[in-house]
Amino acid sequence: MNETLVRTAGATPVKDGVVDCDIHPLPARPDDVLAYMPERWQEHHRVYGSHFRAPFRESSPWPRAAPAISRRDAWPPNGNMPGSDLPFMREQHLDLHNIEFGILQVLGFATGSQRNLDYSAAIASALNQWQLDYWCNPEPRLKGSIVIPTEDPEAAVAEIERWAGHPAFAQIFMTPRLTEPMGRRRYWPIYEAASRHNLPIGIHGGGHGAHATTGGGWPSYYIEEHPTAGQSAQALITSLIVEGVLERWTNLRFVVVEAGFAWVPALGWRLDKHWRRLRSEVPHIERLPSEQMHQHFWFTTQPVDEPERPDDMRRTFDWIGWDRILYASDYPHWDFDDPRYAFPFRLSPEERAMLFRDNAVSLFGLA
Amino acid sequence: MARYVVATTGDIPVGTNKVVTVRGREIAVFNVKGAFYAFLNKCPHEGARLCHGAVVGLVRSDEPGTFEYTRQGEILRCPWHGWEFDIRTGQSWVDPENTWVKNYPASIERGGKLVEGPYKAEVFPVSVEEDYVVLEV
Repeated sequence: MNETLVRTAGATPVKDGVVDCDIHPLPARPDDVLAYMPERWQEHHRVYGSHFRAPFRESSPWPRAAPAISRRDAWPPNGNMPGSDLPFMREQHLDLHNIEFGILQVLGFATGSQRNLDYSAAIASALNQWQLDYWCNPEPRLKGSIVIPTEDPEAAVAEIERWAGHPAFAQIFMTPRLTEPMGRRRYWPIYEAASRHNLPIGIHGGGHGAHATTGGGWPSYYIEEHPTAGQSAQALITSLIVEGVLERWTNLRFVVVEAGFAWVPALGWRLDKHWRRLRSEVPHIERLPSEQMHQHFWFTTQPVDEPERPDDMRRTFDWIGWDRILYASDYPHWDFDDPRYAFPFRLSPEERAMLFRDNAVSLFGLA
Repeated sequence: MARYVVATTGDIPVGTNKVVTVRGREIAVFNVKGAFYAFLNKCPHEGARLCHGAVVGLVRSDEPGTFEYTRQGEILRCPWHGWEFDIRTGQSWVDPENTWVKNYPASIERGGKLVEGPYKAEVFPVSVEEDYVVLEV
C-alpha cells in the first residue's frame, strides 16, 4: 500500500537548489498592472474591457478543478488571489522548496489573444514593467518573461528590444494558440529578434485562441481540454520545423511549458518517416525533424505523467535527452508538482542535478 | 497504542476539521454528520495537507446522461490534485486497492469518564462536563 510513501508537504527539506521553470504571478489588484499603461489605454480597459474568448468575464472557457485554478492552500492570509503575495510565495514555495531561481509565466490579461493590437501592446509593456517592479526587483530569485503582443510582430519586436539584455528577464513569453500556426511567416520578426538576442522562447500551454483546441472540435469537459496542451505543442513544433524557422535561425531555443513530454518521441518518429517520403515538398528542410527537435526544444515536466511502469518515463527522457528536461512546479496552480515527489523513479545525483537545476541554469544563463 | 484527547466535540463543527499533532504526527480530525474520523494530514500521492481539501459528495453514473449524487459531506478532495478519499475509511476512490490515508480510530467520550483515565490528556485539557474527541494513536 502507498501508506509507506506518506509524506507531508514541506516535511522534508529540499537539499539542493532547484530552478522552477513555471511560476504564475498575479497582480493583487488589476490596477497594479493598469497603472503602467498610458491613460488612454487605462480608460479603454475601463470602458471597453479586455477581449477574452470566454463566456463570462473573469472566467475560463472550461470550468477548472479548483477556485482560481489554484491549490486550495495557496490563498494568502490577506485573502488576495493565489500567486499575488510575494511574502507568502516565499514562505509557501520559494523558501520551502529551496528555489534558487524561478521563471515567471504571466497568463493574465490574455495579451496574445487580444484583437485590438494597440491595446495588446500596451498590456504587454505594462505587464513587463509590473514583473520587474513587483517581483524581479524585490525578489532576485524570480526571473521575468518578456510578454509580447504576438499578433503584432512589429510591436512585439519593439517590446523585445526594450528588455533584451536586462538581467531580470530570462526569456520571451508566447502561448501556442495563435491566429495561425506558430511557424508562419507573419511571426518571423519575433523569431529573428529572439535569434539576434539569443533569447529562449517559452511557450506556455493553454491560451484561448480562436480555434478549437483539439483537431476534432471543441471539447466538452475539462478532462478533455486539459490534455490538448500536448496537441497544441505538437502542432507548433511541427509548424516551426516544416515552415523552415529552425533552418533559418539555427540558434533558436524553445521551451515547451506544461504540455507534457511523453508524446515527444512519437512525434519525432512520425515526422522523420514522413520527411523521408515527402522531403521534396519542403526542400527548405535539410535536417531530420527529430534532429531539429533535439536541438531546439526543451520540455518542462509538470504536470508530470504517471506511467504504470515508471521506467517508461526514464526511456522517454533518454529519447528526448536528459539535458532537455526542466523541472517546473506550476505554483500556485492546482496541478502543482512538488519537487521531492514529482518523479516516480530514482534519479542518480547527476540526473537530479540536470533536471532540477543545471539544464535551466545553462539554458537561461542564470547566475 | 495510547488514547489521546484532542478536542471538544464543539471545537469541530459538522463539515469541518481540526489538525492536531500527536506523537509528532499531524492528524486531521473530521466531523462528518456528528461522527468523528481521523487520519494522517498528508495525501499519499504528493503529500498535500489534506485539512485544506474540499468536503464533497460522491457523484456516480451508470451511463452517460444519468448520475447519482450520494454521501454528501463524506468525501474529501485533495487540495492539490483532487484525488477523492472516503473520509470514513481513508480509502482512495480512484485507486482503492493500493492507496489510502492512514487513519486512526476516533471516538466521543464524556469528560467525567476521561478524568478517570487511563487516557493521555496532555494534548488537550479535559473538564468533567463536556464531550471530547479521543484518538487512538
